[in-house]
Amino acid sequence: MKYGKRVMAAVLAAVLLLTMCIGLSACGSSDPENTINVFNWGEYIDPELLDQFEEETGIRVNYTTVSTCEEMYAKIRSGGVSYDIVVPSDYMVSRMAEEGMLEEIEWDNVPNAQYIDEDFRNPEYDPQGKYSAPYQWGTVAIIYNKDMVDEEDLGGWDILWNEKYDGNILMFDNSRDAIGVALKYLGYSYNTTDEDQIREAAEMLKKQKPLVQAYVMDQIFDKMENGEAAIATYYVGDYYLMIDELGEDSEVDLGFYIPEEGSNLYVDALCIPKGAQNKEGAEAFIDFLLRPEVMAQNTEWICYSTAESAARELLPEEMRDNDDMYPTGDALDQFETYINLPQNIRTLYDGLWVQILSS
Amino acid sequence: MRGSKAFSYPYILWLLLFTVVPLFIVIYFAFTNDAGEFTFDNFSYMSLYAVVFWRSFRLAIISTVICLILGYPLAYIMSRLKKKHQTIAMILIMLPMWMNFLLRTYAWLTILENNGLLNNFLSWLHLPEIAIINTPAAVGLGMVYNYLPFMILPIYTSLTKTDQSLIEAAKDMGCSERQVFTKVIFPLSIPGVLSGIIMVFVPAVSTFVISKILGGGANMLVGDLIEMQFLGGAYNANMGAAISLVMMVIIMIFIWLTGKIDKNGDGEGSVLL
Repeated sequence: MKYGKRVMAAVLAAVLLLTMCIGLSACGSSDPENTINVFNWGEYIDPELLDQFEEETGIRVNYTTVSTCEEMYAKIRSGGVSYDIVVPSDYMVSRMAEEGMLEEIEWDNVPNAQYIDEDFRNPEYDPQGKYSAPYQWGTVAIIYNKDMVDEEDLGGWDILWNEKYDGNILMFDNSRDAIGVALKYLGYSYNTTDEDQIREAAEMLKKQKPLVQAYVMDQIFDKMENGEAAIATYYVGDYYLMIDELGEDSEVDLGFYIPEEGSNLYVDALCIPKGAQNKEGAEAFIDFLLRPEVMAQNTEWICYSTAESAARELLPEEMRDNDDMYPTGDALDQFETYINLPQNIRTLYDGLWVQILSS
Repeated sequence: MRGSKAFSYPYILWLLLFTVVPLFIVIYFAFTNDAGEFTFDNFSYMSLYAVVFWRSFRLAIISTVICLILGYPLAYIMSRLKKKHQTIAMILIMLPMWMNFLLRTYAWLTILENNGLLNNFLSWLHLPEIAIINTPAAVGLGMVYNYLPFMILPIYTSLTKTDQSLIEAAKDMGCSERQVFTKVIFPLSIPGVLSGIIMVFVPAVSTFVISKILGGGANMLVGDLIEMQFLGGAYNANMGAAISLVMMVIIMIFIWLTGKIDKNGDGEGSVLL
């Protein structure tokens, strides 16, 4: 019997420990005062900069990655975790702001915000500029394999419906981007809330489905670089990454173009979610990333576009003077940014998406 | 024996914290809406997704049958080997499972792709290439590959536990080899077969990564559907919980039915029953 009591004691001790662990897990193992938890996309920061930040400020960075905006939203929404920095895309910034999931940034603590270009201040997704600082931006294009695609077929979104390329087309694997492609092809807005237009777009995608090889996101890199597919919809910055990964003497020759019907311009922004444990640390991190030298180094590494002219000046020439990465004037007008859709439309999107994928 | 009972407390606590409590949370979510009000809407809306359920079950059943057809003879042959060779065979079957499941599935992607290893090999032999990637067949193949060991092991266990004297007795009574198998060995291995079926069918019907990687996103299964409720555009945790609950009930009915077949068996070699 004595033995049993000892086991009980051990079990109770274990339970105590377990509950303590659960209680403390949000704080992590070290002093929360001196740590920030950063939740970013994969491959979306020059890792050297994290070390540099830690050295400069003494604040430890606990860095976690996520693969989609929706996954980030789900993690924060379901609670139990606490982050100090998140990097949602434009439409997700407005959704999180609307749902009270973001802290207002104290701009006095972020002097480097002065370098943000006028065009990116008070954007549609954050009209009062309270919650977000632009991190990187870019545009959606059609990337194609020059050996597999005839030049005369280039130009618009219609190439994605061209039967010549049966089985060689890659599409976005999420409802917003995929239905968005069809909306643009039909000449509608990405942000339409007209259910008939959205249903029409979904019908177009059902028609397209037999031609599609796969619905993928980052697998596009592999599949395009191996010549496994001829055409894909993806981001201009990633086109340059693919070229870079392929190297000079590659057999696979890739090109890209912005469809003439118009395309998407996205901004990924630095935000502080509600419940952040170290808001000052988060603001110091935002300030650090907005410093033009840091921004330039980071932008060069990520291969997307920066929203600071002062940082752009510091980029290597081929990135700085690249009209595709920094469209201006008329070229800029063909782009449309996503804004947050109401819940009923989001549900409609998801429902239609299942129908498309299982049609 | 109060002392020995105490050893089960950690497990009971574990069960309570990580199985029972979450189960109630799932049930709560399944019967409420976003505002926390009681509703059946989640279930009535699900009829839209019948086709996804159907595909999941069809693929899981086909994979389970293939696993059984491949797994039974293998387990039988293994059980007839010398003890030393049995161990080697066992290690060969377990070996791939020491590698990460995702990694193995991605390896299949490299093999099955249109420009992949398989087609390169076929064209080297001047044979016609096959387009299997992104089809339900590729998903089925991925399932069979990943879950086959779960079929072999329980069958093997129940076969090795078969009393040799029964087989000898059958032979003495004049049974042919074939009759020994159909009248003695196979009936005695049924509990193992049933556990194998459950252990393959249950993960196969609820998988979601295999269909994503090998199915090219266009072969959506129930697992993908549940994932989408959380990671899709709408974030509908209530719907996700409802689908999970329906899935759980269906699997429970399936296990119960399988148990019915085994009513006469003594459960030797069975894992879940």
